[in-house]
Amino acid sequence: MKTIIINYGAGNIQSIKFALQRLGVEAVLSNNAEEIRNADKVIFPGVGEASSAMQKLRESQLDEVIPTLQQPVLGICLGMQLMCNSSEEGNTQGLGIFDTEVVRFSPTVKVPQIGWNTIQNLKSELFEGVRENEYMYLVHSYYAKKSSEMIAESEYDIQYASALQKDNFYGVQFHPEKSSKAGSIILENFLKL
Amino acid sequence: MLTKRIIPCLDIKNGRTVKGVNFVNLRDAGDPVELAKIYADEGADELVFLDISATEERRKTLQKLVLDVAAQVDIPFTVGGGISSVEDVDRMLQAGADKVSINSAAVKRPELINELSSKFGNQCIVVAIDAKQIDGEWFVHLVGGKVPTDIKLFDWAQEVEQRGAGEILFTSMNNDGTKNGFANEALAKLSEIVNIPIIASGGAGNMQHFQDTFVDGKADAALAASVFHFKEIPIPALKHYLKNNGINVRI
Repeated sequence: MKTIIINYGAGNIQSIKFALQRLGVEAVLSNNAEEIRNADKVIFPGVGEASSAMQKLRESQLDEVIPTLQQPVLGICLGMQLMCNSSEEGNTQGLGIFDTEVVRFSPTVKVPQIGWNTIQNLKSELFEGVRENEYMYLVHSYYAKKSSEMIAESEYDIQYASALQKDNFYGVQFHPEKSSKAGSIILENFLKL
Repeated sequence: MLTKRIIPCLDIKNGRTVKGVNFVNLRDAGDPVELAKIYADEGADELVFLDISATEERRKTLQKLVLDVAAQVDIPFTVGGGISSVEDVDRMLQAGADKVSINSAAVKRPELINELSSKFGNQCIVVAIDAKQIDGEWFVHLVGGKVPTDIKLFDWAQEVEQRGAGEILFTSMNNDGTKNGFANEALAKLSEIVNIPIIASGGAGNMQHFQDTFVDGKADAALAASVFHFKEIPIPALKHYLKNNGINVRI
């Protein structure tokens, strides 16, 4: 099995690589369209600012590649946000895989949200063996609005989508690679898809 | 609901933990990776590694440590100590650190905060502030609190937020090492005047102090070193204590 972590210069790739290593999987970093298309599993990470990350995707034409992938794809954090229709951050048009918008938390709460929050209403094989209200580590200032593709939700300021799924595309706002044992179960479930 | 975080801080010199630790189950008391793994297993929410070495090789040694921690520890961690440039931060993040903390370098050249947050995002930039209360007024101090400045704490906190800090790690030099509790009045004021998370540091002596800093000090996270290293406060017991007292923590 070949697992690719999309390497487009926006993200803490090392942590994901190490988390997969702890599960016995040696992932390959790549921004090559052909290599990504031929992988069994694709992880789409992302940390930082939405419009510049989207710009980097466009530069390597990955904005056209990602939405056409057929194998299981897991977007993490900003990766998940870029898979939505749009993000308020930098007025960014997303990949349009998930039919929802990404908007900023209101100033009634501290922004960014940093720390461990619970995930509820779990609805996917991704969460097999993960209890309701399990804690996940999150760091973000923008969130995806609830939608019919939501497979987990969390509450900060309001209820929002902390995970989404459409067909072979999965997205999580939290960092499974940094979320202790429960996080590694989610990564393991993804690798088993 | 977002939980309050408990953060052990490990002082590092030449790749080894500095303060004596009292873990009987440690094979090598000076190995930061082993200690980090134990804290992660015990339920620590994050870790901070503060490098205090002053050798030529410090960068390489620290980078190696960050790689080792990232490979073996599955909770987030911050690296601080002597980080003063975009290149330093890039190196640490590439090696797998989740956040970096900057202190003196930000005071000397505040634009550094802007540069770092625009390049890496504000979520990974922690600005550490050491301050001392003198005649009722809080002043920022440098070099581990030894060198006073005329910068006022609350002005500086607002400035670092505006420049793009994602979080503030506030250490009260009046409280640090006293074991008499955190500087809750100043902490609560910080939470009122800025809208980014505040990590309380300095003064932890017992479990009630953590409770107080989350309630009275409105802190989002609490950091301590010796009470954890010497097993005076085991993290699992602390978290149960907090939960029983109505504080939302991850157990």
